[in-house]
Amino acid sequence: MNGRSEIRLSGSGGQGLILAAIILAEAVADEGGYVVQTQSYGPEARGGASKAEVITDVEEISYPKVGSPDFVLTMSENSYLKYGSDYKEDGILLVDTTFVKNVVSNGKNVVALPITRYAKEELGRDTVANIIALGILNGLANIVIHDTLKKAVLSRCPSGSEEINTKALELGLSLAKETRSTASRLA
Amino acid sequence: MGQIEKTRLFQGNEACVAGAIAAGANFYAGYPITPSTEIAELAARKLPETGGKFIQMEDEIGSMAAVIGASIGGAKSFTATSGPGFSLKQENIGYAMMAEIPCVIVNVQRLGPSTGIATAPAQGDIMQARWGTHGDHPVIAFAPSSVRETFDLTVKAFNLSEKLRQPVFILLDEIVGHMRENIHIPHQDELEIINREKPLPDQPYKPYDEEKEVSPLASFGEGFSYNITGLVHDEYGFPTTDSEKTKKLLSRLQRKIDNHLEEIILTEEFGMDDASLVVVSYGCTARSVRQAVKMARKNGLPVGFFRTATIWPFPYEKISAFADKTKTLLVPEMNMGQIFGEVERAVHGQARVVGLNRFDGEMITPDEILQKILEVI
Repeated sequence: MNGRSEIRLSGSGGQGLILAAIILAEAVADEGGYVVQTQSYGPEARGGASKAEVITDVEEISYPKVGSPDFVLTMSENSYLKYGSDYKEDGILLVDTTFVKNVVSNGKNVVALPITRYAKEELGRDTVANIIALGILNGLANIVIHDTLKKAVLSRCPSGSEEINTKALELGLSLAKETRSTASRLA
Repeated sequence: MGQIEKTRLFQGNEACVAGAIAAGANFYAGYPITPSTEIAELAARKLPETGGKFIQMEDEIGSMAAVIGASIGGAKSFTATSGPGFSLKQENIGYAMMAEIPCVIVNVQRLGPSTGIATAPAQGDIMQARWGTHGDHPVIAFAPSSVRETFDLTVKAFNLSEKLRQPVFILLDEIVGHMRENIHIPHQDELEIINREKPLPDQPYKPYDEEKEVSPLASFGEGFSYNITGLVHDEYGFPTTDSEKTKKLLSRLQRKIDNHLEEIILTEEFGMDDASLVVVSYGCTARSVRQAVKMARKNGLPVGFFRTATIWPFPYEKISAFADKTKTLLVPEMNMGQIFGEVERAVHGQARVVGLNRFDGEMITPDEILQKILEVI
């Protein structure tokens, strides 16, 4: 990691994006980096627009919000339309095509995967889509060591769900590796 | 990586509860409201673990009454709310000021007026903290800018409250309250904890001694019988309309704060020596300002950073001291200009004061501040 890195996770309330951001922030903290995590959401607990942000740096962080993200996750049509092109030239956009039907090229890196569908079909539970997304994100962006992230996931997941969350994270990592080797996925 | 040791991710609201417990808080009464709810949730979980009490009251008015009652019973008590609840608490806050009951009131500010936007940040309760309850009275209010500072200032709020028998406000905002940062929480024995002075047993007791700045506070149930009222009172707490006693009481209430300004007023500054423009800020906005001032400095602009962590009493003298050496003071805040007027009072015409205001529920960005700096420098 060098310098400031900005990550934005966006979608709907109930998809676990704030939790995913907390897990990522805890992993960064565990490795000794500086980290700030913020969120914004509507009054609804579920279904409303939800956005969680993580900023990491090697020095103390002043402005706690994302200005120009290095990585954006969009897990809803609305969040894709709102944040789908607002990121750095060499940044990466990860789109959950379970919810976003029309992913268009924007001249930058776009990774389009049916994350929630994978969660449902391969792991039997769509609620771990956020952990798959974290796995993909970290696999592509190398924010923390994979094992640090795994530790953070396990410390936050409810007891009894360790196995499925570990599988979700591993699935995310393998999807990231696959994406990296097949450049065609990077539009 | 690897420069920070033993840090943990804390939310601002969480750090507030940790600070309260570290300071010895053992009673919380409240009525949960966004964006302060985590404080109630965590107080409900943590206080019983250390022998304390948590009670969810029927509303904010009852909460404030319970906080005062618990304090008179000897507890270190606190409550947390947001703007709408802060409004409701004001009558009882005035009572606590007049009766000199130590307690801490946290207001995690959200956009108002009225119920406004529950989840949107603002810095709109600055003047409500100052004058929300009626009559002349001094106020102590802190506005932390970070999660760690939320912990530190919560401890300080309890300490000052106990020492001065004074309700103390912590004005968080939705950004700092909900933000998570990895911080180091100091060990308990690194902290200075102040407990209220108690009267000596079997001695004559004046709960409102005219000769003292602050009198000891006897807890109800410990053998001292005295009166507590919101009416103007004599040295024993009994109501009076005597004009001499009235003047003495109100003067003493003001004096007990005025005599401790150095201890209460906390400010931070950098880049001030050659600054022709100084940005004055507080709370979450100070974080954007810090970045903007650093950017300005990198571009060779003579810009200074002045942040106050203490909103009330306002650092008039500190600002006045540098005002004549500078041309312009820029005051960004997430309201229509509440601290702006106080800065003008401090500057007293020695420099130009310019505001930068947002009241749309969004944080002021470093770019907006830098742009304004370029425009007015």
